[in-house]
Formats: sequence, C-alpha cells, structure tokens
Amino acid sequence: MGLKTPLYDSHLVHGAKIVDFGGWEMPLHYGSQIEEHHAVRRDAGMFDVSHMCVIDLSGERVREFLQVLLANDVARLKVAGKALYSCMLLPGGGVIDDLIVYLTSPTSFRMVVNAGTREKDLAWIRRQAKDYAVSVRERRDLAMIAIQGPNARQKTASLLAPAERESALGLPPFCGAAVDSWFIARTGYTGEDGFEVMLPVEDAARTWSALHAAGVRPAGLGARDTLRLEAGMNLYGNDMDEDHHPLESGLGWTVAFEPGSRDFIGRAALEAARRTAGREFVGLLLEERGVLRSHQKVCVPGATGDSSAGEVTSGTFSPTLNRSIALARIPRTEAAIVQVEIRGKLYPASIVQPPFVRHGKALIKI
Amino acid sequence: MSNIPTDLRYTKSHEWVRQLEDGAAEVGITDHAQSALGDLVFAEVPETGREVHAGEACAVVESVKAASDVYSPLSGNVIAGNAALASQPELLNQEPYGAGWLFRVAPSSADEAAALMSAADYGKYLADEGR
Repeated sequence: MGLKTPLYDSHLVHGAKIVDFGGWEMPLHYGSQIEEHHAVRRDAGMFDVSHMCVIDLSGERVREFLQVLLANDVARLKVAGKALYSCMLLPGGGVIDDLIVYLTSPTSFRMVVNAGTREKDLAWIRRQAKDYAVSVRERRDLAMIAIQGPNARQKTASLLAPAERESALGLPPFCGAAVDSWFIARTGYTGEDGFEVMLPVEDAARTWSALHAAGVRPAGLGARDTLRLEAGMNLYGNDMDEDHHPLESGLGWTVAFEPGSRDFIGRAALEAARRTAGREFVGLLLEERGVLRSHQKVCVPGATGDSSAGEVTSGTFSPTLNRSIALARIPRTEAAIVQVEIRGKLYPASIVQPPFVRHGKALIKI
Repeated sequence: MSNIPTDLRYTKSHEWVRQLEDGAAEVGITDHAQSALGDLVFAEVPETGREVHAGEACAVVESVKAASDVYSPLSGNVIAGNAALASQPELLNQEPYGAGWLFRVAPSSADEAAALMSAADYGKYLADEGR
C-alpha cells in the first residue's frame, strides 16, 4: 500500500484515477486531464500537493547555514514571507533537489522540497545543519493545496473572513504570509497566478470541499505536468538530477555567484563548469504532428562525436498550443532547427526560449 | 462499465474489428482502451498499401502521458487509414467504435477474423483482467 495524503478520500469522491507517484497514491486525473489543464489556464483548478515535504528551519545561524546549503542566496530575502527558488547541490555541482524557501522570521525559514527526494534531502540537510545548531523540523502535520488560475486567488479568498481575505489578496507575487492557522503563498507550478496553501491536516478535506463548492476544479498530476512544462518549469528527476548541474539544466538564473565570498556547496564545481562550453538547455517545438517524450534523441546539425546527440528531458503535448513541446539538453548550437528521433524516424523541431505559455497566453510563435 | 458492441470482434490487446460489406475489415481501439489511455492527442495510422501481419504493431496512439502501439488483428493489405484523426485525435476518445476508427484492411484470409473474441468473450476477458 502506498502513502496517502489527507485528501485521498476526497480524490476518490471526485472520481480520480489514482496512480503511484514516488510511493504516494496520487490522482492522475479526475476524468479528463486536458479539461483540467484548460480549467487552470482559464479559470481555477486545485492540486493536492500534500505529498511534498515542508521543513521548518530555525536558529540564530539559520541564514548563514542556508547561504552555504543553497545555490541561490537567501540574502535576497529581505522581508518576511518572501520566497526564493533554489537548487541544493552536491559538492560536485549535481542537483540534490530544487526547492522553495520562505523567510518566516529573522531566525527562521520554511522550505518546501519534492516528495520523491524527502528522505535524502532531510538526511543531507540534517547533516549540514549540525555545524550551525539549526533545528530541522519536518511538518507532517501540514497538508498543502495549490489553487491556480486567473480566478484562483479570488475563489480561495472567498473562503476567508474579511480581514484574512484582505491580507491574502494583498500578497505580492512570490510572497507568503501566515493567515490564521494557514500559510498562504502566492506561488505555484503552472505559470498562472494563484496560491499555495499549507494548512493543518485536519482542515484539508473540509477546505478542499469548500474550494470545490467555490468553483475550483480538482486537477491531477497529469495536468500539473503539462501546465508546468508549458510554463517552462523544470521537473526534478527529469530536467535536472544529481548527474547534471544547474548551468546545463536551464537553472543558471537560480545560482547566485555574487557575492564571490559566499562559499555555497557546489560553488567550486560550478565555477569550473562555467569556464567550459558545456551543453545548453532549450525549449523545443515539434514542427509536425506527434509527441515529444523524455529520453528521445535530439540530433543537432554539425555536431559530431560521442556527445553530438542531445536528449529530450521532458516532453508532452501542449493542450494550450495544440502542439508538442519539450525541454532538452543539447550540444551548443547556432541552428534554429534540430531533429528529434521518434520511433526511429527524424522529425524537425525548432529551438525556442521557454516559457511556452504564461498567464493563459502563448509566448512563442506557432 | 465499458461499451462493447455485439456486432464486432475483439483482440486481447483491445482492438476491435468490424466486418464491412465489401469484405474489408475496419480496425479501432475499444472503449476500454481509450478510457484506460486517457485523452488521446495523436494517432499514427499505417500507409495505404502496407502489408500487415496479425499481431504486428502498425499504428500508434498517444495520450498526453504515453505512446501505445496498436496491433493489427488481421493479416492483409491496408486499404485506408483514418485521415480525420490527424486533426481530431479526440475522436478516438469520443467515438472509439465510429469516427475514431484507425485503419481498414483487406484480409488475406477469413480464418483470422473468426478466431477473434466475440463481445461476450471480450467482456469476460475484461472482467478477468480487472480482477
């Protein structure tokens, strides 16, 4: 039997098709993945993300600790509630996980890491934290619901009392705040506006029902994947992992090399990687009909030798664009078109700059 | 409960076969198959004139999540592929036994079709598979 979130029974009530996801029994869809996708782009959808791991970190030296642990710099978090996306690296530069960290007080932070990496992340964080006397507390008492879409914030706020509603709707993008017993953050993984709400496990099912009654459509992991890929957001295990560093995973923007004195774990390896040509991480748009999938081979014109082929790291059919899109790691190239091998045949795909879709609109020319 | 028309024959890999009046056979995927695959977004049908053997992978249907092979239930020559699926792959979900057909074959023998499952047998097969 797999692990179940506090919302498992709610998923069954809504007719979910349940699949195993990293040991968790999670909803893949509730009938139609594509309709759920469109609901998020056009109105409001909700995802059970309670399988993700919430970790509270506190101590006098917690900021100093995170400045070593994370490739992005928590010094960028100047006001309470502000969030930062970062990778956590091995000394060799490989990505242990990607995460979001919120500043919650001058001596505490809240971190959200992936479900599939929970155990190794916690072990790594606890080991590194010893030198800094930082307390590491996993919050299994919290459930998490992501409500996403152009109408998501309004519909979520309709559940709150007037004063709380005001503070929730007043949140700037990428900021969170404690609202009564909830922690509400204006963050997400879809390219749409919305909230991620962390709330006590015992409130989860009631809140899910109330959101449903407010017109928020349940959406499964299937839609979550097509939405995040359209938004050009990486998935851990597909687009980056311990064998690939952030600079070849499209995550250079999340690495804070300045100030040069901040000696974060993995820094030396990334400094060295920065001096070599390396591979680039691109978006692909399939020119013909068909579907790009992870691990398909990408042939780059002019590239020769062992490393001449690139690879699709995530691929799918984009319901918004009605075309297939992908993220891929390929040899550096000036070419605008590459060839992707699908079932033994080559198909042209153009190189595009992700994101593909943001706030309901296509950002690339079809 | 999945829809299983009684006038068709079925395979264990969830294709159906319809006997057409001109002796040709029409092939598609069953309601059970389309439901298990989820929203279908792409279909690759065999080219007209291609010779296929029973059990040979000759078409592909792709859902948002994965690609699946479709096996020809019969040996023979492909006489048509459903061109409408190129622009409307959702027909596979909406009308798996009608407008969502995949291809038509001129069978090289009548024996293979007779050996396929009846609707009642396929219904039993699904019930056993689900157990």
